[in-house]
Amino acid sequence: MTIETSLKPPRKQLFSGDTPMSRFLSEFVESKVAVAAALLLFTIIMAALFAPWITPQNPYDLAQVSVLDARMEPGEQSFDGYTFWLGTDGAGRDLFSAILYGLRISLSVGVTSGIIALVIGMSVGLIAAYVGGRTETFIMRIVDLQLSFPASLVALMLLALMGKGVDKIILALVVAQWAYYARTVRGTALVERGKEYVEAVTCLGLSHARVLFLHIMPNCLPPLIVVGTVQTAHAIALEATLSFLGVGLPQTEPSLGLLIANGFEYVISGKYWISIFPGIALLITVVSINLVGDQLRDVLNPRLRK
Amino acid sequence: MNTPNTLTVKNLKTHFFTKAGVVKAVDDVSFSVKPGEILGLVGESGSGKTVTGFSLIGLVDEPGRVVGGSILLNGDDLARKNEKQWRELRGKKIAMIFQDPMMTLNPVLRIDTQMIEAIQAHEDISKQSARQRCREALVRVGIASPDERLASYPHQFSGGMRQRVAIAIALLHEPDLIIADEPTTALDVTIQAQILYEVRKLCSETGMSLIWITHDLAVISGLADRIAVMYAGRIVEQGSIDEVLDAPLHPYTKGLIESVPSRNKRGAKLYQIPGMTPSLLNLPAGCAFSSRCSAKQSDCLVATPEITQLGEERQVRCFHPVKQEEMA
Repeated sequence: MTIETSLKPPRKQLFSGDTPMSRFLSEFVESKVAVAAALLLFTIIMAALFAPWITPQNPYDLAQVSVLDARMEPGEQSFDGYTFWLGTDGAGRDLFSAILYGLRISLSVGVTSGIIALVIGMSVGLIAAYVGGRTETFIMRIVDLQLSFPASLVALMLLALMGKGVDKIILALVVAQWAYYARTVRGTALVERGKEYVEAVTCLGLSHARVLFLHIMPNCLPPLIVVGTVQTAHAIALEATLSFLGVGLPQTEPSLGLLIANGFEYVISGKYWISIFPGIALLITVVSINLVGDQLRDVLNPRLRK
Repeated sequence: MNTPNTLTVKNLKTHFFTKAGVVKAVDDVSFSVKPGEILGLVGESGSGKTVTGFSLIGLVDEPGRVVGGSILLNGDDLARKNEKQWRELRGKKIAMIFQDPMMTLNPVLRIDTQMIEAIQAHEDISKQSARQRCREALVRVGIASPDERLASYPHQFSGGMRQRVAIAIALLHEPDLIIADEPTTALDVTIQAQILYEVRKLCSETGMSLIWITHDLAVISGLADRIAVMYAGRIVEQGSIDEVLDAPLHPYTKGLIESVPSRNKRGAKLYQIPGMTPSLLNLPAGCAFSSRCSAKQSDCLVATPEITQLGEERQVRCFHPVKQEEMA
């Protein structure tokens, strides 16, 4: 029996070669679920990116929307013969089109705020770990303070103060999330800083900035990428929450959260589709990002490696 | 004969100010290295040899500090440099090679990135010519197909290869002084021999000075020109390699030499210096080695012996140096 197993031909490697990237890819494709999630996510991103070219109507062009088509059930046909596969909302907009346009906004807000929060959090965390002493204590206490409040509460307070707007919600999401990145990076950077290669490059006379950003930073990236994906999913969900509560994006820039909110009043009267379909779209997006993030964590964490 | 010294260290004192008290890790250490010369710095763990090395490159960690003495590199006093001046010196004039080659290269960067970075830290030079310099440095330390190697990551190298790369990086700016902190300890003996051979050759070819920190007398005997033996933060004996190894004057050096296993003494019980290195926090009064010394007398417990200069290079710090007929 043991001989049989040892005689098995080695599993075919999709990506060979010896660069860290190809090793990473070959380990990533080991999970079918993660690959499916990644493909799904890719499709969602593409659909959102190219929404103007693939949707049957621009839901926010009043010339294309007719109130006569309002609250149509999924599959019903309009007067000019067009089928609304996902139904229409209270203003007669095609839900399929509205969802893709909503995805555009949800994704861009989530990703933009995620990237800004990552850059800020990473820099702050790296500097805290590298400088140490009082600076580190000061920075990390701010992080602790920030993390002791729920992210949604912080964002709500900020938006209540600043008002609506895409830029404002991105700012609110950044403020609510940078601390997660800062804490993660500081932990890894502390470990990296104690390693001998840092001492070795210091002995080469490299400047602090180069040691920190060229040598320590790349070694801190793996856990950061994982936190980044999970936090981006959080950001998208949080933005939907805020928009649902009416403090997020203005009506002119409807994200998925706003679509759900708009359809909420109709749910009681049996017109489930106006809320449910954007909700499902949000769910699929967040879940697929999280699934990709899970696999990233498994691949990038050396402790979980076989 | 009278070539100026590359490095002259005078009365160097590096102390660590801990909560439990002041630890005098390096206390009144003086030595010098000539161009092209290899100085072996020998001692047990905790004798202060690594701290001496770090003092020379200005990287003593908190709570440690160089509190006294002078470090003259080609007449320039390093003990008075500020952080910015130190950074200009590190890598350029003084380079360091570390013990574990598995740890000293950044695992996520390619060799060429790391080497070019090391050059560009000190010189305004194009990437192409920097890369050319890297190739030459790799060839010089005996690495075949340097182009292929430059595009590799550290994990694709064996331990010996990595140490060669580390040496090549140290050589990039042709520094005046290289401090090597037990660089062959983590390697197996055949690789060790190759590295030692290359290092010897490089020193005599380029005229750079080398301080080789180790606890391995066997390595030192085949490599160094001169040797300094450290004990409890002080140099207890110094001299040319032949003199010191053939006729040790300090009882500690004698003990060290006798504890090296040899084929001639197979089966016989190996000599062992009794006791342990004293804690540097509360050194006994008198000679630090007195509690373990077989030749101690009453005066050893009272006063700390000063350096006795014997001949031009020979020094010993002992009241009762070993008489030569005692060596069997």
